Amino acid sequence: MSKTTKETAKNATRTIHRTIQAIEGSGLDKAPTGIAGFDEITFGGLPRNRPTLVCGGPGSGKTLFGLEFLARGITEHGEPGVFVSFEETAEELAKNVKSLGLDLPDLIARKKMVIDTLRVDREEYLETGDYDLSGLFIRVGCAIDSIGAKRIVLDSMEALFSGLTDHMRLRSEIHRLFLWLKDQGVTAIVTGESLESSGKTREGLEEFISDCVVYLDHRVNDTISTRRLRITKYRGSFHGTNEYPFMIDESGICVLPVTSLNLIYKATTDRMSTGIASLDGMLGGKGYYRGSSVLVTGTAGSGKTSVGAHFIHAASRRGEKCLMWSFEESEHQIVRNMRSIGIDLEPSIKAGSLKILTSRPLIFGLEMHLGVIHKEINAFDPRCICIDPISNFTGAGTVSETKVMLTRLVDLTKSKGITTIMTYLIRGGMPAETTDAGVSSLMDTWIVLSDPEFNGERNRILSVLKSRGMPHSNQLREMLLTSHGVELILPYLGPSGAVTGAARKSVEASEKALAVAQQIKIMKKKRDFESSRDLIEAKIKMMRSRLQSQEQSLALEVSQAKTRDDVKTEERSRMGATRAPAPDQKAQEL
Amino acid sequence: MIPGSDKSEIWELRLYVAGTTPKSIAAFHNLKEICTTHLAGQYTIEVIDLLENPKLAEGDQIVAIPTLVRKLPEPVRKIIGDLSNTEKTLIGLQIRPAKARSAS
Repeated sequence: MSKTTKETAKNATRTIHRTIQAIEGSGLDKAPTGIAGFDEITFGGLPRNRPTLVCGGPGSGKTLFGLEFLARGITEHGEPGVFVSFEETAEELAKNVKSLGLDLPDLIARKKMVIDTLRVDREEYLETGDYDLSGLFIRVGCAIDSIGAKRIVLDSMEALFSGLTDHMRLRSEIHRLFLWLKDQGVTAIVTGESLESSGKTREGLEEFISDCVVYLDHRVNDTISTRRLRITKYRGSFHGTNEYPFMIDESGICVLPVTSLNLIYKATTDRMSTGIASLDGMLGGKGYYRGSSVLVTGTAGSGKTSVGAHFIHAASRRGEKCLMWSFEESEHQIVRNMRSIGIDLEPSIKAGSLKILTSRPLIFGLEMHLGVIHKEINAFDPRCICIDPISNFTGAGTVSETKVMLTRLVDLTKSKGITTIMTYLIRGGMPAETTDAGVSSLMDTWIVLSDPEFNGERNRILSVLKSRGMPHSNQLREMLLTSHGVELILPYLGPSGAVTGAARKSVEASEKALAVAQQIKIMKKKRDFESSRDLIEAKIKMMRSRLQSQEQSLALEVSQAKTRDDVKTEERSRMGATRAPAPDQKAQEL
Repeated sequence: MIPGSDKSEIWELRLYVAGTTPKSIAAFHNLKEICTTHLAGQYTIEVIDLLENPKLAEGDQIVAIPTLVRKLPEPVRKIIGDLSNTEKTLIGLQIRPAKARSAS
């Protein structure tokens, strides 16, 4: 969004606020309809004590709108009501709306509601001369007085026109009727059939009703029907001017405001784990912001559901209420499949902290999906939601409709502070950073999964494309689905970029081999040294023993020499002794 | 056989009005004149003022005022307006068949 558009949007919001204040100040009295969502877009309901025209094609929900207006007026606002039907009888009406949670016979029995059927059959009537509709006035007046009605519905004006031929007179009488109704102090709904092409009622009833006109539409797009509601006119009051999708389900009409008027969610600084420790690490170590919206995109089989299930599993185990919508797998299938990667969702389901809802995306239109999600959220009040996958919605509506629907979904969850994780399937061949519905700009955190083919194999890669308001890793991580959950590992960063899978393993292996070789070399050196040391030591020993033997032989020689000397000396002394007593002998001998 | 040609038949007519407005007075006079002319001695006219008895409007499904209801002879016929168009009223009451009008 450019700066100027932002500025304009801001100004518009400010203007809206001022307008709302002005209206509230002006005191235009409004009668709340009690129809879910309708009172929000009209800022309080229909103009009190004035007639409102509700028009639409056949089957657009006009009669139901009127009946619900009366029934809710009785049950929620204590205002009795009269239903004047020109087509169906009380029994038929009661039967038709019984499945929508409206118990008309009970309201009638409690004297809170009157259903008056007026059949105007052209066959039965013949018009001769001047007449007026005083009979109708009297009957309506009588019904109003009988229960003190504050609300009235006339369904439908076309039936009256088809029964009588003098339309000029009828028009002036209807005009008189509306003026008369204003005087009666009742809030009225008049239904009228409109032509498909122009959106105008067949009899131009808009001319008479100047206060409020509600247009109901029922369109079929690619075999899926979508109901829409638009307030084409609301004199003296601000109102939402868009076409609002609405749905009819077991609790009646539910109008879904496309977007809240302003971005006023509270942003917390609380963080919560993604359920994957290494992914927490990539998101500044703390995981997602509480109440934020997380988008997980990826091609088929890239592990989107696993990332979502991790988050839901972790949160539900902490005891936080979690809702998981699956538009592709059944509950049992999810439980079984997630168990294969070590995530057991069953205990949480049994404990009531996790609810898995499954449906086919094409089962009904987008607004119905949103309505169902809306209702489930209101009923279960979860803290975390996983929707798997949102890309399937594009099959149930056009791309722009899907975006509008997802915008409202994100608005809804954000305004309730629910942390939402949505998966989105990227079609094969599309760049990984695109979503068909262009929803990525709505999201706070965007995790991109891919499984590129390289070296004859596919390896999952996870990266955080964006994550508003927190530091996050810029790295690609290889994602492994192990028997104990998702594991993110740093891919090997080689000269030719990141390497994953077998390539990473082979690089790792060659590194390992190198280390082993080095070790062997060292060991060999050690051994060499040891043997040389042994050799030298042996030599030393030998030399030492030779030295010793030399020393010994020397000592022997010394001792022998000494002995010889001793013997000589002894001989000499002995000879001396023999010579000394007889010197003659000595002479003789000589 | 044209209804009304049987002189013994009793015509039970009911005229719904809302107060004594010029329209209701005109309707009553027009009806009285038609009856005296065509059904002398074989009719009863009951005038019901819905302002006095609003509940009675339900029975004959009265929307417009004035409304003339032919209760008898059967089937029930309803004619709305002040009956100023005598020809149409006669056809409506089936005193004169619709065919007769085009023939004359």
